[in-house]
Amino acid sequence: MRAVLLRFAGAIPTLFGVVLVTFLLTRVLPGDTATYFAGPTASAESIAQIRTSLGLDRPLPEQFWRYLKDLSHGDLGMSLTTGQPVKTELINRLPASAELTLSGLLLAIGIAVPLGVLAAVRQGSLIDHACRVVTTAGVSLPVFFTGLVLVYVFYFLLGWMPAPLGRLDAFASPPPQRSGFYLLDTLLAGDIETFRAAAAQIVLPAATLALFALAPIARITRASMLAVLGSEFIRTARASGLSGPTVVITYALRNALLPVVTVLGMVFSFLLGANVLVEKVFAWPGIGSYAVEALIASDYAPVQGFVLTMAILYVLLNLAIDLVNRAIDPRARRGA
Amino acid sequence: MSAVLRVEDLSVAFHTRGGTVHALDRVGFTVGAGETMALVGESGSGKSVTAYAIMGLLEAAGRITGGRALLGETDLLATDLSRIRGRRVAMIFQNPRAALNPIRAVGRQIADVLLRHGGATSGNARARAIEALRAVGIPDPARRANAYPFELSGGMCQRVMIAIAVAARPELLIADEPTTGLDVTTQAVVMDLIQAMAVQTGMATILITHDLALAAERAQRIAVMHAGHVVEAADTATLLTRPLHPYTARLIAATPTAAGSLDALQSVPGGLPDLRGSTIPPCRYAARCERRLPACDGPLVTRSAGDHAVACANPLEAVA
Amino acid sequence: MSNTLAHARYVLAENPVTLLAALLFAAFAAMAILGPAIAPFDPLASDTMRALQAPTWRHLFGTDQLGRDILSRVIVAARIDLGIALASVALVFAAGGLAGLAAGFFGGWVDAVVGRVADTIMAFPLFVLAMGIVAALGNTIPNIVLATAIINFPLYARVARAETMTRREAGFVDAARLSGHRDGALVLLQVLPNIMPIMVVQMSLTMGYAILNAAGLSFIGLGVRPPMAEWGIMVAEGAGFIVSGEWWIALFPGATLMLAVFCFNLLGDGLRDIADPRRRT
Repeated sequence: MRAVLLRFAGAIPTLFGVVLVTFLLTRVLPGDTATYFAGPTASAESIAQIRTSLGLDRPLPEQFWRYLKDLSHGDLGMSLTTGQPVKTELINRLPASAELTLSGLLLAIGIAVPLGVLAAVRQGSLIDHACRVVTTAGVSLPVFFTGLVLVYVFYFLLGWMPAPLGRLDAFASPPPQRSGFYLLDTLLAGDIETFRAAAAQIVLPAATLALFALAPIARITRASMLAVLGSEFIRTARASGLSGPTVVITYALRNALLPVVTVLGMVFSFLLGANVLVEKVFAWPGIGSYAVEALIASDYAPVQGFVLTMAILYVLLNLAIDLVNRAIDPRARRGA
Repeated sequence: MSAVLRVEDLSVAFHTRGGTVHALDRVGFTVGAGETMALVGESGSGKSVTAYAIMGLLEAAGRITGGRALLGETDLLATDLSRIRGRRVAMIFQNPRAALNPIRAVGRQIADVLLRHGGATSGNARARAIEALRAVGIPDPARRANAYPFELSGGMCQRVMIAIAVAARPELLIADEPTTGLDVTTQAVVMDLIQAMAVQTGMATILITHDLALAAERAQRIAVMHAGHVVEAADTATLLTRPLHPYTARLIAATPTAAGSLDALQSVPGGLPDLRGSTIPPCRYAARCERRLPACDGPLVTRSAGDHAVACANPLEAVA
Repeated sequence: MSNTLAHARYVLAENPVTLLAALLFAAFAAMAILGPAIAPFDPLASDTMRALQAPTWRHLFGTDQLGRDILSRVIVAARIDLGIALASVALVFAAGGLAGLAAGFFGGWVDAVVGRVADTIMAFPLFVLAMGIVAALGNTIPNIVLATAIINFPLYARVARAETMTRREAGFVDAARLSGHRDGALVLLQVLPNIMPIMVVQMSLTMGYAILNAAGLSFIGLGVRPPMAEWGIMVAEGAGFIVSGEWWIALFPGATLMLAVFCFNLLGDGLRDIADPRRRT
């Protein structure tokens, strides 16, 4: 437990760096922030007034201090287009993004890990070649393009999937909010019909993300599995007559997962970015599409809030990855 | 004496990019019940390949091209080994720390084998694993059962390996350089333990080593391997005092003894021949041999007098 | 040198895919350089009479909602897409390469600062950071180039640093110092040529990612503005027509983009095999 807390402490300098960069990004806004906040018709006088009220006439360190103080209250400013506090909107929209990203990631892991394992166990087989094609092609796919192709094939041509218009179609109403994840909340409410509707909406965007995240995961799983299968302790396990599944899963795969978990950090970086594009393609009401709408409207507070939120999420995810690593690897546990 | 393992004409080839390597050629030997037999030879002589072939653990490029390995009535080369490995034949390796799963507690690794072969149940597996650790002389076994290999010394890890190997009371234990890489005192302790376990369970042991002195000290019989051939096999005393094969004689001369002086040590001249292709000489030692005769280019014949077998056209003493 | 050539020949013979990638690269380079000269139509000329036409012999890739020839737009877009990627990669090659070189060579606080900057960049999801940078600096193409360079900075700095440290420890730098070279000259003369091959491989490996990144940014409306032809924005324009079945508007630019990225990834892998036989996968 102490080690876990130490890990958290270790992430503090990174978090500070993230906040500092986000602050600097706010201060290098094109033109003058006060002019921008005052609007195009404002007089010089009112601009000066706004500058004072925003504290923009103060030295940078003092501004940074205020920024930190605001942050500690969760104050991320107001959206000009919606008139809502950025914090509220982000909190409202975060579950949609989280549900989508996690579904995509789980789908990717669920396909990529078995694929990589099979490719390694049956090296040179058809599935190994399939794995190679997937990993090379997968990293070349522009997510927004694969998303559109999936929509065309599965919505327009085959009609198997609903229109790419958000989390639920117009006829369904969202479930009572518990986790904010529709798939979970509908099940908790026992509303199978809405669950089906929500699942149908999420399949294509999640598959788009999964296609994108598949490649690095399958690639590292295969490589790491190959290395482990050639190691001496696997020879021992075979010599001891342990069953095939025990050797491959309990002995080899668990060891092979260590590098896979580490690579998940990188995958998350890609996935959080890809999420923005996929949300735009599927009109998914998450924080990514919120930021994109704000960007188009030159509404900067939501964009900054979004960047900061994503960065903090990413730092936390990396922390979680670290903890998973420690759970799997006793050397990391006892070594540190 | 009944034989636990009888290996006959075992041949193994490896298919590599550079051609087919004929790693083993008609290898044969027997191991009696409760006996320790040493397979001795330089690295590359085929000792470990022999063991892996018997265990069915050859890497993908390796193919058994002929022969039998009879464990009782079972031909190990022609059966599914999944129910035999670990149960009737077990193996321990050099570099014990790398040979154990780094992220699984050693007690659980023993329990895995006990559950598979030793008739343990999920209820008593842990207790029996602790018992197995105690039997190989690990102090405080209940605590050590939770340890990971990186937390144990090399000697301790080798004890764990032995516990895993003997868990199902196999008929035969193959120990592949079990003491290489351990310090000298630990070496003796580990060898004592292997022999004690053998006596206790009545299992036969194949000791694979490059160290003739170790073999002389621990084995009742010795088979000398050179470039994929068994060149000579005999009981230890006979082999050491009256070697018939020139290579054996060279090996003995190259082995330090407690009484001898270092000045008297001789190295074995030359290296192992190229075992690729089809132009391998019948006697693979001929190129290094000072007793070479024209007859050496004829087919290689193994002759034996009683228990003493030699594959040489011009042995040091005539074979009756 | 002849050794490298022999190895290159071996890699190409072993791996015809690299050869294919090289041919594709040549095609893209021709598109980027010749662009408007080989486009059959004016990429900006709209003709509402011919709007939303599916591919025909006249318009091989069809026409968009304004009746513009998609094939011409796809061809002309190569220059801007590859240009953005190349500019950003060149920028980060210089900046990241020099920073890594300095960090590896001088160590101490230089190393600490470069390391900290790289770590802070890596703490962001990279595409999100690029969005933030473009939003803050202004929605222009040069800022897209800059943002793409910044998010690739850690990669380049780390590779250059690691390579420099290996060279420094190799001892010949000490030899040069003893013979009276000053530090700056030393770095350039001795270390730089030695880390060049690996850095060039790095460049080709990140080109694909840079193209994807830039196209992604313009897909969400950053950087390139209509009516300019660019693959990302063309896909964005075609996105609305996918649900009504006009697939060609988004498909052709999207597929071209994919092919370009694929080509650079393959090329990067091939170059890596040539430059560093040990890292073959």
